[in-house]
Amino acid sequence: MSFLGHFSYWATVFVMMTGLYIVISRGNLVKKLVGLGIFQTSVYLLYVAPGKLIGGTAAIVTPGITLYSNPLPHVLILTAIVVGVATLALGLALVVRIREAYGTVDEDELLAADAKDD
Amino acid sequence: MTNGGLALAALCIPFAGIALVLLARRKPDLREAATFATAAMLFFVVVSLAPAVLAGERPSATLFEMLPGLQVALVVEPLGWLFAAVASTLWVVSTAYSIGYLRGNGEENQTRFFVCFAGAIGAAIGIAFAGNLLTLFLFYELLTLVTYPLVTHHGTDEARRAGRVYLGVLLGTSVVFLLPAIIATWVLAGTLDFRTGGILGGRVDATAAAILLALFMFGIGKAALMPFHRWLPAAMVAPTPVSALLHAVAVVKAGVFCVVKVIVYVFGTDALAALGGAGWLTAVAAFTLVAASAVALRADNLKRRLAYSTVSQLAYVTMAASLLTPAAIMGAALHLVAHAFGKITLFFAAGSIYTAAHKTEVSQLDGIGRAMPWTMGAFAIGALSMIGLPPLAGFVSKWFILTGAMATRDWLAVGALAASTLLNAAYFLPIVWRAFFLPAPERDGHGHEAPAPMVIAQALTAAACVALFLFPGLAIAFARALIGG
Amino acid sequence: MPAEHFPVLLAVVPLVAAPLIVVARSGFLGWAIAFAVAAATAAMSASLLARVTVEGTISYAIGSWPPPWGIEYRVDAANALVALLVSAMALVAMPYARRSVTAEIGQERQYLFYALLMLCLSGLLGIALTGDAFNLFVFLEISSLATYVLIALGRDRRALTAAYQYLILGTTGATLYIIGVGMLYLATGTLNFADMAARLDGVADTRPLVVGLAFITAGIGLKLALFPLHAWLPNAYTYAPSVVSAFLAATATKVSLYVLMRVYFSVFGADAVFRDLPIGPVLAVLSVAALFVASAAAIVQKDLKRLLAFSSVGQIGYITLGISLGSATGLAAAMAHVVNHGITKGALFLLAGAMALRLGGTGFDRLAGLGRTMPVAAFAFVLGGLSLIGVPGTAGFASKWALVAAAMGAGQWWIVAAVLLSSLLAVAYVWRFVECAYFREPPAGAPSPGEAPWEMTAPALAMTAAVVALGLHATPVLDAATRAAAALMGAGR
Repeated sequence: MSFLGHFSYWATVFVMMTGLYIVISRGNLVKKLVGLGIFQTSVYLLYVAPGKLIGGTAAIVTPGITLYSNPLPHVLILTAIVVGVATLALGLALVVRIREAYGTVDEDELLAADAKDD
Repeated sequence: MTNGGLALAALCIPFAGIALVLLARRKPDLREAATFATAAMLFFVVVSLAPAVLAGERPSATLFEMLPGLQVALVVEPLGWLFAAVASTLWVVSTAYSIGYLRGNGEENQTRFFVCFAGAIGAAIGIAFAGNLLTLFLFYELLTLVTYPLVTHHGTDEARRAGRVYLGVLLGTSVVFLLPAIIATWVLAGTLDFRTGGILGGRVDATAAAILLALFMFGIGKAALMPFHRWLPAAMVAPTPVSALLHAVAVVKAGVFCVVKVIVYVFGTDALAALGGAGWLTAVAAFTLVAASAVALRADNLKRRLAYSTVSQLAYVTMAASLLTPAAIMGAALHLVAHAFGKITLFFAAGSIYTAAHKTEVSQLDGIGRAMPWTMGAFAIGALSMIGLPPLAGFVSKWFILTGAMATRDWLAVGALAASTLLNAAYFLPIVWRAFFLPAPERDGHGHEAPAPMVIAQALTAAACVALFLFPGLAIAFARALIGG
Repeated sequence: MPAEHFPVLLAVVPLVAAPLIVVARSGFLGWAIAFAVAAATAAMSASLLARVTVEGTISYAIGSWPPPWGIEYRVDAANALVALLVSAMALVAMPYARRSVTAEIGQERQYLFYALLMLCLSGLLGIALTGDAFNLFVFLEISSLATYVLIALGRDRRALTAAYQYLILGTTGATLYIIGVGMLYLATGTLNFADMAARLDGVADTRPLVVGLAFITAGIGLKLALFPLHAWLPNAYTYAPSVVSAFLAATATKVSLYVLMRVYFSVFGADAVFRDLPIGPVLAVLSVAALFVASAAAIVQKDLKRLLAFSSVGQIGYITLGISLGSATGLAAAMAHVVNHGITKGALFLLAGAMALRLGGTGFDRLAGLGRTMPVAAFAFVLGGLSLIGVPGTAGFASKWALVAAAMGAGQWWIVAAVLLSSLLAVAYVWRFVECAYFREPPAGAPSPGEAPWEMTAPALAMTAAVVALGLHATPVLDAATRAAAALMGAGR
């Protein structure tokens, strides 16, 4: 019960850790950004899931309906998604520039190139 | 102008002098004239404060609020006046000397030298007239920083290394020991003003007082109490006028001045005695006194010997202050004056020897007294004053310190005084003996006397050593005012 | 009455200016607009600070939706001070920026630079002024995204990797923050800080809230470069354009520090954070580690800007140390150091930028003999360095005094010792510059003696003068910091 009852949290934690793991473990800059995107997605889940009440309906006052879902988390997450998209776009743009400047998008090779610059 | 205004003027004059020197930097003669004029003006302003201070007035001026509830404030009290008087008098003399030295040795960056020199005097005046511990600390650190370019004047690797020791010890002790002591005093007493009878009495127990006293005494690194004395010999790489005025007078005297000031006005002699006294400080000072003398005995480099002699003489003042008796406190104040005149004479002579004959080691001085009679004559007078023989200034101050030590039956202090007097004689008299009674080496004679400005300067300070013995009234009056007599 | 709307205008004016600059497509026009906006925000912040000092907290309801339903901008003595620091730094940087940006950034991209600077300013001011946890996240991301691009505009290609690294860590930090806010929102049903504080009263030690606090601490810790989460900072400050380094060093981490203070002292309350949870000791240990490790790292750097960056990590340690005391005096000391260190580091980075312009970089081998080639800049840098050490008569001394007094008041003697001993490391890294500038010969091919253009030197010297003036007369800053601490601790309680 407790496990299933908290299912959405388990899913959130799983997605969160997956994303974070990719950010930390991958050396490819693009893959890191993918991981970052997954990490951010977990937050969407964290906010949206509790906003939904089983049996609840959209927050439009209607006669005869007493149970509404909370709309605010959805609104917040719309903003967060926009932020996430912007971040991903900027990150990818940076990767393009890095590729132009260094000729690689691998972290180890970048570090080696920087070490040679010093 | 009110007396408070005069005190403020005394602080501002050296800094105005910096501006003048900078303006005249392209014309050396004008620049030196500016330094002279500033020094002379400072001297007159300080002297003009004397009657009021002797009459019991405490001219004061408040500048601005530095921290909430803590002003940068000036208060002229007897000990501060004495220190300011010594510093400003000797600034005039040593300016003459510096001009001769710098030109005689073709030193570079002379403008920077005079600027920092004036800054150092300004900081010394700030320390002398500081009305509270915060103001004192402000100018104390300023003095360290502004003398750093003077110590490293030559810009060599050796100078840089010495600069590191100088700064490391002085800034280090002041930040790690002195600053927390001051803040703790502020937290405990709620004030940092210097007050007769102290501000800590009744607010701390014996343990806290002992810890605070230790933080203060070792925090005031300029007093060169062992083991924080290394900066003083290191600073000897500086040109000799710097060693003379700053490391025999302004900087080190600022150190022992702070020691006396803290003991008299922060702890209060009676309150400190009631809290168990400062016996350990007497012991540390006595050890410094004898140990430094012993090191001086073995030093062949003349300036190094003088530096360790300074370390030892500073310990006299600290030890005297730690005895907490009125006579000893008076002795401390008088020794501050007497040692200043004696030691600057010795450094002047060392610089003259370097300028005229390019000699730096004691073993090279055989027979030099015949080539440089004025210089070595002044040196002899300074040395005898250091030893404490009449009719010289050192005798007066040592007499008071000894009286103070006898009064408390502090045989450790008496023994240390006796031992160090013997050691003083042992490391100074051979120099005089060599200079006048040993034959000069055959192949290279010693040439001639130093340039006139230098000779005049050292003659003046040597004469002052005699004058202070013959007419000690003024200095004693101020010392007596310090103990409230 | 526009003065009523100052709280929101502070964030909106630069936000609107950014697209205007993009439309103008001219470096000069962009600069002129940015200059005007910076001056306007500085004036508005000053007026707000004056108002809250007299009237107390100002609440501004956006779109007239009353809090806690609408977004509230809540201005008190704390965030008005931070806003003034941010906008004043922007104002000082503007005259400097013209020459510096021309030298470092291609003509065709300059207008973008000013547009981004405005976005960054808007974000930072928004973070400072908003009273809404989610709105804060949005502004955090606005300022961060702008910052990543600003850093990437640096001349060295390492600016790109530095920006990327900051993007990854900064986004992670912001995400951790928003996770923490999510926890708080789930538990309290509100995003308004003041409302949240009222609802948390007495239940702040329940587990979801503690977890939320931990997420927020980690997230904001990343943004403020709390040791050991500072990895992004040295490269970002080193390779960013000079103006950006100066502006960010003075403001970005400081704003994040303010957020941490707001969450700890206003939302959760000092008791919940420091009495019921072991955050104080943990923060203190991390701060002391920052003081020593980062300052020691600063000593061995080969580049002046990098040295300053590591010094920033160390100096942030003093601020978090003040926070870790959990007392009003400690918080006031932290706030005072936010201001004093912001001004000091701003001045130092501006001077480093002036050196970079004349010498082509700030590596120590280029700086040799600087005392002769750029005497004014070198001397001003030494003065700023003294403030990093905390020499009396400089701004750094005042906050160090307050911090030591606060630690003594709390009986934390080991903190007193750590603060004082770490000052010696600051002596070492500042003296590294002194010895390089005054004891070494200028390298072959060094430019002839002369300062940077006056448009750059004058702002840098003005900041340096402020460092000394606020050291000799520190009462205004310390009083403002004390009021700020009272506002932080009293708000919403």
